[in-house]
Amino acid sequence: MSEKFTGAEILIKALIDQGVDQVFGYPGGQIMPVYDRLYDYSDKVRHYLARHEQGAIHAAEGFARATGKTGVVFATSGPGAMNLITGLNDALMDSTPIVAITGQVPSSLLGRDAFQESDVVSVTLPVTKWAILVRRPEDIAPAIARAFYIANSGRPGPVVIDIAKDAQTNKAEYHLDTCNFIRSYNPDPEPTDDLLKKAAEIINSAEKPLIISGHGVTIAKAEAELVKFAEKAGIPVGCTMLGLSTIPTDHPLNMGMLGMHGNLAPNINTNKADVIIAIGMRFDDRVTGDTAKYAPDAKIIHIDIDASEFDKTVKSYLHLHGDARSVMQRLLPLINTSTPNKYWIESFSRHKKVEEERVIDREINASTPDGKMLMGEVVSIVSKIFDDNAILVTDVGQNQMFGVRYFGFKSPRSVISSGGLGTMGFGLPAAIGAKIGKPDRDVVLFVGDGGLQMTIQELGMIMEYNVGVKIVLLNNNFLGNVRQWQHLFFNSRYSATPMVNPDFKTIAEAYGIKAEDVAHRDNLADAVCRMREHNGAYLLNVNIDETDMVFPMTPGGHGVDEILLNPTEYYKPV
Amino acid sequence: MEKQLFTITVFTENQVSLLHQISMVFSRRCLNIESLTVSACSIPGVHKFTITCKSEREMMEHVVKQIEKRIDVLRAFLHTDDEIVFQEVALYKVPTASVLATDEIEHIIRTHGARVLEIQPEYTIFEKTGHTDEVKALFDKLKHLGLRQFVRSGRVAVTKAPMEYVDEFLQNQENRRQQLENK
Repeated sequence: MSEKFTGAEILIKALIDQGVDQVFGYPGGQIMPVYDRLYDYSDKVRHYLARHEQGAIHAAEGFARATGKTGVVFATSGPGAMNLITGLNDALMDSTPIVAITGQVPSSLLGRDAFQESDVVSVTLPVTKWAILVRRPEDIAPAIARAFYIANSGRPGPVVIDIAKDAQTNKAEYHLDTCNFIRSYNPDPEPTDDLLKKAAEIINSAEKPLIISGHGVTIAKAEAELVKFAEKAGIPVGCTMLGLSTIPTDHPLNMGMLGMHGNLAPNINTNKADVIIAIGMRFDDRVTGDTAKYAPDAKIIHIDIDASEFDKTVKSYLHLHGDARSVMQRLLPLINTSTPNKYWIESFSRHKKVEEERVIDREINASTPDGKMLMGEVVSIVSKIFDDNAILVTDVGQNQMFGVRYFGFKSPRSVISSGGLGTMGFGLPAAIGAKIGKPDRDVVLFVGDGGLQMTIQELGMIMEYNVGVKIVLLNNNFLGNVRQWQHLFFNSRYSATPMVNPDFKTIAEAYGIKAEDVAHRDNLADAVCRMREHNGAYLLNVNIDETDMVFPMTPGGHGVDEILLNPTEYYKPV
Repeated sequence: MEKQLFTITVFTENQVSLLHQISMVFSRRCLNIESLTVSACSIPGVHKFTITCKSEREMMEHVVKQIEKRIDVLRAFLHTDDEIVFQEVALYKVPTASVLATDEIEHIIRTHGARVLEIQPEYTIFEKTGHTDEVKALFDKLKHLGLRQFVRSGRVAVTKAPMEYVDEFLQNQENRRQQLENK
């Protein structure tokens, strides 16, 4: 008879066999057997103790987004598991592979309102790709194999394995379990040759084609194929927020970001295009505006691995159901080599020029008398000093919109932001996870004073594990994005948006993190250089003008080509 | 768009929590399930849900895709009444005294195709299978005899197609499995 191990040890062995060497988490009563075993395996699996379970799962998300690997998070039953919910939903919305392992009360107590009992599977099913309750030690290894397969295949997402305490303490044999097939699940759909031919014909005969590149391109590791495809067919590319680093910022065919605060050119030309090739994106309402006015002249070819995204918000002409990379690889030989349509490209340039003159210039060449800074200039300077090649992590709100608008990208997988769920408090822990996953890359976080305080306790992780995250706090003592909407749509009634803030520099220093206040723009560039040169984490508390607002802006309910250049003026293309 | 009654059939693995996974797709869109029947189907290990719901076609098409997206769901299909043969069953409990007191009962049983399941001194139980309106018609007839209890099942349905649509999916998946094994 072969050797038996406790369920807790089986779990650790199974994780190691999945290639896991770093996990995030927070212990508690019902997951203590796992933590006890972890003690013996600390040379193989490094555990990062968050200061709150929400921090742990956002860190796991940042890790997963930066590396493409599955992020792993541990939490205890009841409150521990419940504190994961926001992160699970965030990971579901942004297709992030996460395996969350939660302790559960002993199986004999299930359903009896035991101490720290929550019905974890029922609560998490709507915010996960899959969830399972395990009650026997012999079921742990198969559940882990299945969980990792599900989390990181097809359209990735979060998975929960809830393990009753007796399953952790009872013993069973351990056999290496792998999973690459589930009867009810096909993560590798392939469009037919006929459909691809049809798509190619439409693309080849297009006069004003536009590619929309989304997060799916990053997830499929299809950045090289995207660039090849765009270059061969001569098609301009607009990116969704999470698709931004799929093509270098300075690539001549990169026309910028789509959506509510995106660039003028791709938004305006969405409604001029005759063919749209949408790759790994889901026509989110922040990208489409009013769908009734969206892309009226375009035949839309939608490439996605998730069939439920087809025709969900915007009807498309053709569905190519498959992985972005393999679909583009198969499409490429069918596409004619052609030079970009000169007039079409020039129309992008015209809109771009207007945006530069009317919006960008006043943002990055600002001159407020008191030296308070605008967010665009800060992001722009930070990006340049980091050679436009750092991993950008943002929180949510104005910091996020300015971050993605004014940061430059040279390498793939360089945007980590809470896109679908818009989770304030995501930024700091996600940046920590990203840096842990990619220690050789610079990780720059832009965060507001609101969002930072939602998960500020995770400065403790930075301190304990020496995580060299560069934090740029865009501090306007306001919940800036809500303030902007109050200013524009609620008669400037600033209800519950001004904030009395603590001394963030002192807080950072209390955690042993080097910090600096930047009160005046004259000191900004030098401070950013000091931040970059410093070996380790750094916090810049930047004094932001609270009247700064993100433009251009498509107000809710408007079409993508109805764009405010400033609070009172809609863009009128000539 | 006009609301109509749709029948959704869902083939799933026989596992805990499937009902929750399917119902949450309806509840998040505030869709009320009219009827629900769940049981093992002809394929070993596979369960079949038959759900009826009144809504617009486009909404139901989204719902079906979102149900199918769940990992343990094999396939889900959307049907209108003309594409399926369907049935429901109902039981009626009537005081035996009022059954004996009327001279209509033979006529009711004959015209409605009902069956008598049990006769006790206190009550008699009738059974009727049919469409919703037929079940309702018998209900209206028995109501004035002092109907004590009434229950109807959800809908069961089979398609007019020659085989289960899910068979093709299972065959494709089996081919995938063999390819993966050979790799």
